[in-house]
Amino acid sequence: MATKLNTIEIDDVSLTFPTSDGPVQALSGVSLDIVKGEFVSFIGPSGCGKTTLLRAIADLEAPTSGAIRVNGMSPQEARLKRAYGYVFQAPALYPWRTVASNIALPLEIMGVGKAERRNRVERGLELVNLKGFGAKFPWQLSGGMQQRASIARALSFDPELLLMDEPFGALDEIVRDMLNQQLLQLWDKTGKTVLFVTHSIPEAVFLYTRIVVMSPRPGRIHEVIDCRFPRNRTLDIRETPEFLDVAHRVRLGLRAGHSYDV
Amino acid sequence: MSNRIIPLLTVLAALFAVWYLAAALMNASLQRDLFANNDNKSYTTGDLINSSLNMERPKLPAPHQIASELYKLVIATPPSSKRGLVFHARITLEETLIGFAIGAALGIGLAVLIVSIPLLEHSLMPWIVASQTVPIIALAPMIVVILNQFDIGGMTPKAAIAAYLSFFPITVGMTKGFRSPDPLQLDLMRTYSATSAQVLTKLRAPASLPFFFASMRIGVAAALVGAVVAEVTKSEDGGLGARLLAGSYYGQTVQIWAALFMAAALSGILVALIDGIGRLTLKRWAFLT
Repeated sequence: MATKLNTIEIDDVSLTFPTSDGPVQALSGVSLDIVKGEFVSFIGPSGCGKTTLLRAIADLEAPTSGAIRVNGMSPQEARLKRAYGYVFQAPALYPWRTVASNIALPLEIMGVGKAERRNRVERGLELVNLKGFGAKFPWQLSGGMQQRASIARALSFDPELLLMDEPFGALDEIVRDMLNQQLLQLWDKTGKTVLFVTHSIPEAVFLYTRIVVMSPRPGRIHEVIDCRFPRNRTLDIRETPEFLDVAHRVRLGLRAGHSYDV
Repeated sequence: MSNRIIPLLTVLAALFAVWYLAAALMNASLQRDLFANNDNKSYTTGDLINSSLNMERPKLPAPHQIASELYKLVIATPPSSKRGLVFHARITLEETLIGFAIGAALGIGLAVLIVSIPLLEHSLMPWIVASQTVPIIALAPMIVVILNQFDIGGMTPKAAIAAYLSFFPITVGMTKGFRSPDPLQLDLMRTYSATSAQVLTKLRAPASLPFFFASMRIGVAAALVGAVVAEVTKSEDGGLGARLLAGSYYGQTVQIWAALFMAAALSGILVALIDGIGRLTLKRWAFLT
């Protein structure tokens, strides 16, 4: 096994949350390797542990058993080395900061100088098509623009790895289509490894090099589907039989993973 | 604007009506005795009411008596005169501000400690709460005596008592404020591996700003109460509390009420000042939109 090429190795990870109703198993025996430069979509119904898995990779949750390696390090070491940018379900912009200063926040924390900060913020705004909006406050922006600003923030310190947790879940479909397209171009341009959690089938199928279909109770990987679409695909591929075929397979996978509790 | 002023004036008018009625009823028997002492047996009800509302030492002075006393002591007396209220209000204000500054620093410092070191919440908080269950009236003389042992006199013991009352609401409010960021905003800081000092300065402190101003307005009002209570205990240097004490010694109810209104006005001005600064700041920081 060429371990060097794997950005992320997940080996038999289980994670149990203690709750007042007794322990809840969020993840059970999850194993997955992710190669550098991949775009992996995680799809599944709520409660399948896809967000938990992402949070475990980010060292925001600790697995109960099993091991995760990020760039050959433990998640904690990777977090301390600032190996990844994380995009949450909500933009989580700080309301007292302008858009530009929100994007500069990780740079400030990492001790990047002022001039360099300004450069990178400018580049970040351009990257997510928010040029000229730097001086605005978050509440002056639409939901889609806010989420774009949060993507620019996650990319501002140029991490190799981008972890995205249903970033477009709260947006309408038209905006989401546009952002999906932009995200794909961004991925193509930067060559970053992206882990993308979603509960939308078209989004998962459009965005991936691999789709990980997960099923709930306990959260586990049901099926992994490989992709043959080119990297620089457009929204048009969604009309092709291949796309519909993959979407169908995902749907079957989701249904099979669910069947026992219907 | 007018639909806010009319209800306000209505309430004010009702308040005055009740006050005058209460003053007349409470003072009437006293005034009747006074008439009897002077062998005045031919007074009318109108005379009785009129006199009851203009007694020298009434049980409850009428509003216009307090107003004229305030006019006499605030405007007609030079501010430097010990007989005027401005002189005493300045002493109280000074103690309040020093006590408030100490209380705010202590309150915010404790809140920072409680938020940064989780262990402290359970070890420190009960003591902080317990400190406020001791009646300040009982504690104030002891603080004066203890500080006197160390040759600390003058304004300091009174400022200390003001600080004692004002730090508590600030600690409670700021602890809440520092904890106000939502989990996502905190997770974000964690993904950047921010130090706890960075989390404090870049997230907790700015997020706590609305709580900061709410805490400050309660804290400054509490400091004023503390200063007045301290002046009742240690009255030789004057202050509004000393005026309250002197008034009650000599049955000068009008003087007591005038000092009371002066203290209330002072408190109102301080709170309004903090509110004003708060509104301007929060507007600039885009909280109020």
